[in-house]
Amino acid sequence: MSTALLHTGTHEKKPVLTKKKLLPYWLLAPGLIWLIIFFLVPIYQLISTSTQTQGYGIGTYVQSYRFANFIDAITSSKAQLFRSFEYAFLATSFALIISYPLAYAVAFKSGRWKNTLLVLIVAPFFCSFLLRTVAWEQILGEQGFVIKTLRFLHIMGAQGHLTATPFAVVAGLTYNFLPFMTLPLYASLERIDIRMMEASGDLYANAFTTFRRVTVPLSMPGVVAGTLLTFIPAAGDYINAELLGNPGTKMIGNVIEARYLAIVDYPGAAALSLILMVTIMILVMAYVKRAGTEELV
Amino acid sequence: MVDASSSAHGDLVLKNLTKTFGEFIAVDDLDLVIPEGSFFALLGPSGCGKTTTLRMVAGLEEPTSGTIFIGKTEITYEKPYRRPVNTVFQNYALFPHLSIYENIAFGLRRRGVKDVNDQVQKALELVELTHLATRKPNQLSGGQQQRIALARAIVNRPALLLLDEPLGALDLKLRRAMQIELKWIQTEVGITFVHVTHDQEEAMTMADTIAVMNEGKIEQMGSPADLYDNPRTSFVANFLGQSNLIKGSIDDSSGESAVVDIFGTKIGLPVNRNHAHDSSVLVGIRPEKIRIAPVGAHMTGNILEGGVISDASYIGVSTQYQVEMPWGQELMVFEQNDDGTPPLSKGDPVVLSWSPIFTFGLAGDQDVNAGSEAHPESE
Repeated sequence: MSTALLHTGTHEKKPVLTKKKLLPYWLLAPGLIWLIIFFLVPIYQLISTSTQTQGYGIGTYVQSYRFANFIDAITSSKAQLFRSFEYAFLATSFALIISYPLAYAVAFKSGRWKNTLLVLIVAPFFCSFLLRTVAWEQILGEQGFVIKTLRFLHIMGAQGHLTATPFAVVAGLTYNFLPFMTLPLYASLERIDIRMMEASGDLYANAFTTFRRVTVPLSMPGVVAGTLLTFIPAAGDYINAELLGNPGTKMIGNVIEARYLAIVDYPGAAALSLILMVTIMILVMAYVKRAGTEELV
Repeated sequence: MVDASSSAHGDLVLKNLTKTFGEFIAVDDLDLVIPEGSFFALLGPSGCGKTTTLRMVAGLEEPTSGTIFIGKTEITYEKPYRRPVNTVFQNYALFPHLSIYENIAFGLRRRGVKDVNDQVQKALELVELTHLATRKPNQLSGGQQQRIALARAIVNRPALLLLDEPLGALDLKLRRAMQIELKWIQTEVGITFVHVTHDQEEAMTMADTIAVMNEGKIEQMGSPADLYDNPRTSFVANFLGQSNLIKGSIDDSSGESAVVDIFGTKIGLPVNRNHAHDSSVLVGIRPEKIRIAPVGAHMTGNILEGGVISDASYIGVSTQYQVEMPWGQELMVFEQNDDGTPPLSKGDPVVLSWSPIFTFGLAGDQDVNAGSEAHPESE
């Protein structure tokens, strides 16, 4: 077949960018510009800063492609980095354990109380994240009812305390990110066709087997979404460790904050931020791949 | 996990079964025996209580009162997973996260059956979809999903298979094919099938016995031919096919054939086909049983004169006439186009006749239109 034949007709038609064809780009423009200014530029700066070194005077840095910054950052903050993932993992696990029964109850057992319960779950968002964490400081503090009750019951001695402990930090993280776990779980449980459960019962599965073999697998998209929405911000959080922890519970967020604002070591802070981002991305990708929920989403 | 009741077998017996939702009586004091091995249809319009009845048998709904037995075993309050009953759900309810193979194996695995693989393969062969074993349900067409839902239920060899409008979601052509296939499979496996439907044609094609339900009660039960030829209530007469119901009064019922006066004309009604309690009667005749001819033609049997054709529609195999009678009622007549004569046309005066043996009599106080509005909208 001659190639000339194939080309006829296509050559004359030059792609003309008419108004109509441009429309999608115009619609995308505000978002794109926003993304460039507030995401791409800062990310570029972050990457650029991470290999700079101290110049003349505090807060001035020169680009010298010093990749050893990363090694320095890791060696000095290894403990906090691991602790961040450990706390985030614990908080995510507790949030899942608390949220699943809650979301299940709201989705299937709440009847006419469904909307009220959903509002209650979202209610904490009406109050700032910082205030809620400060409130936890009060609840777990010396004058709070938790300590008093525990002491009264002799579960805790007179010297025992709850604030400034790893427990308080993990509890704070769990509490603060709970709605992010509950809502996706609820959404995915609520979508399950009740006839799936009926069919399972009809096919000789008792309530527990139905839960394990039908309900849980069908709610996996919610579990994946919820754990990601909890784990990612929890790993980078520093408020909870700051307000509810002690020097021994510092997370990577605290280190980054201190390097930026107290020590004024921008390259070190940038390097740590990048390490945190990349580690989270790798963990998330591995997790999503393993969960394999593509067909259900 | 599975106890003795799941090995129960025998007839399905419902006694005084009642289910109310608040004020609404869905199923009203139902007594029913479905013989083991039969293909039984519960037929009725939506809201007549047929699905509620089915769900109580499956254990998905608890009866307000009454009992359910399979053979000698009572299952009224038994948990669904302990009943020797499997259901083909209306929209199949296949598990989307499991392969076709695992969907079919689900019940077998729960019961701890040894030769799961053998049985799943046999079930797949029965529905001729062996090649789809590794697919997921959402990769299958509606008809294929329907067969898998059937295979998933049948593989457990239940004493009773419940089918809840199983063909409702399929198009007409596929539905016809599946009707024949379902009937064949039922004969093949010999399990009692209880089929719930609002589609009279579906019920008549497949079932050995049909129970017509209306407002929570069974109007009439019998073979398809029995119900069609000799309906006992105006609801059945109108819900199964179409009927002409004419008011009349019985003059003489001393012989084998009663003499009925309808607007001055005397016609014959076999006494054993008369279900009226007194002399007030609704005379019933199916449209295709009536012969139609121009005035002056020789006619025998029950003859009604003075009709005028008010509408004639030619539909190939037959011509459907609306004939206005002197007393103002319009009667339907379906005439086969098999004698080479051109169809009659609108305005022609005609005489109607039919063989007295096709006449049926209903109680005169029944609603002439009962069941005709409840007719399923043609899909």
